[in-house]
Amino acid sequence: MLVGSQQKLQDDIRALVQRHGRTRDALLPILQDLQAKHACVPDFAMQVVADELGLHPAEVYGVVSFYAFLGHEPRGRFVVRLCRTVSCELARTAPVARQLENELGIAFGETTRDGRFSLEWAACLGLCDQGPALLVNDRVYTKVTPERVHAIVEDCRRVFGAHAAQTEPAAHAAQPALAAEGGVTP
Amino acid sequence: MTVIDSRRTPLTFDSIVPGTGLAVALKLSRADLIATVAASNLRGRGGAGFPTATKWNLAAAAKVAEGECKFVVCNADEGEPGTFKDRVLLTEYAPLVFEGMTIAARAVGAKRGILYLRGEYVYLRPALDAELARRRKDGVLGAAIGGVAGFDFDVEIRMGAGAYVCGEETALIESLEGQRGEPRNRPPFPVDTGFRNQPTVVNNVETLAAVTAILAKGPEFFRKLGSERSAGFKLFSVSGDCDAPGVYEFPLGLTLRELLEQAGGTDAKAVQVGGASGVCVPAAQFGRRIAFEDVATGGSIIVFGPHRDMLAVAKNFMEFFCEESCGQCTPCREGNAKLLEGIRMLERGECSTAYLRELRLLGETMQLASKCGLGQSSPNAFLSIVEHFPDEVLGRSLAAAGGTR
Repeated sequence: MLVGSQQKLQDDIRALVQRHGRTRDALLPILQDLQAKHACVPDFAMQVVADELGLHPAEVYGVVSFYAFLGHEPRGRFVVRLCRTVSCELARTAPVARQLENELGIAFGETTRDGRFSLEWAACLGLCDQGPALLVNDRVYTKVTPERVHAIVEDCRRVFGAHAAQTEPAAHAAQPALAAEGGVTP
Repeated sequence: MTVIDSRRTPLTFDSIVPGTGLAVALKLSRADLIATVAASNLRGRGGAGFPTATKWNLAAAAKVAEGECKFVVCNADEGEPGTFKDRVLLTEYAPLVFEGMTIAARAVGAKRGILYLRGEYVYLRPALDAELARRRKDGVLGAAIGGVAGFDFDVEIRMGAGAYVCGEETALIESLEGQRGEPRNRPPFPVDTGFRNQPTVVNNVETLAAVTAILAKGPEFFRKLGSERSAGFKLFSVSGDCDAPGVYEFPLGLTLRELLEQAGGTDAKAVQVGGASGVCVPAAQFGRRIAFEDVATGGSIIVFGPHRDMLAVAKNFMEFFCEESCGQCTPCREGNAKLLEGIRMLERGECSTAYLRELRLLGETMQLASKCGLGQSSPNAFLSIVEHFPDEVLGRSLAAAGGTR
């Protein structure tokens, strides 16, 4: 990692510690904000967070590795999470999963080489009456069909092109209202 | 805000004017407030069914360390497969949920509230934050609520990060404290030693909303609904092979058949009651009642039509538990993996009856020996499916397995 980007990461972490506090119960919010901004919690960041909170880095690693939404490997700018619970499965998740792999050119658990997309399975998304359901970052898509997968992916690609330099929360705000049927605009 | 409306029946919560319940609660002494909830016979809506007033009484009596305070935690980590009623409550009835938290705080003497919202529901957060801001402006959160001197209470939202086990209350508290979400030994219970080792009430979203309704309409109204040991109305999340999946409200104690008639799933061959951790009930037993004394549930009802492969269902659930076991205790960590291996053998048609018996014994061991509810209940679906559908799980061939999915 370049010294400049290390410095920036360090500054980010100090600002987060300032906001959430220097106590152990601030650890998860700090890590969640880091994950949102940097698409992962890098090893170096875990070391800095540990120093700031007076913890052993192994403690921080233990937490990062426990939670499905945190990780030290960079995820894509858009994380596509397809619900694999049985209710969605009954509504035919399998062809949607296959088509997601086809459109993105990756398998579940992988990230595209350009860093735009990660494809993951999710535990129940709580949309069991309108499956198959998936999340793209914090956006919900319900009653997804294989045919609609392309439009969902293209939706993300458009946003990425226009706001490539922006950080995660800003990119969210800039996402266009979802035109596709069955989507939710939070 | 565009919302997916999952409601299929009118809900009692539609008739509750926000603020009414809290106004009644503020006129009562703390003891009378808990007595009112006790008179309703309300039991926890998350699935375990612990009497709410008993929990509150214990927390009210518990001692707080110097400079600390008691906590009310709303468990919005709705992760049980097939459950989505809390999403509907948080979307449509958030004022009633926060009001319930405020009433609970009044009852036990808590100063701080935390809504633990699962990471998958992050899209609900902006509206919930706005509601909290509105409540502070209206003086129903903050200092001297409702003009009652000394009644100070505020709520913050904390996000989960994708861990099913954090729905277990002690794992949830560990998570709030910045730890891995590994359940604690009990006792001590959270009502005595909870968040930051202080007395903490952890209640489900629906329980808190029900408290608001009980205060607003009186405990009699609630107790009269349902059966003797399972009072009140309950929300059900119905999904799977039925005409009208969605959220339904019924008094507890109705039969599965009655529920299926409402949802349009009478041709079902089985229903999974209580989500992945619940039990699978075959059609022959649709006369059983949904109540704490018969088939208990947090509200998840998954309907399986006549053509469904029940072993595939068991496999889906067991894959979920292998993924979500925290790995802390051996029966759960190793047991789920062995059961999944067994299901794969059954799927290939390579499992003898003797080995299936071993697997069932393993499942029973897990129910007894696991540390928390996850491992204690994860074998339920597998055990009930192999019990009720032996001809479907035994003697399979690979071709058949490929053809039925």
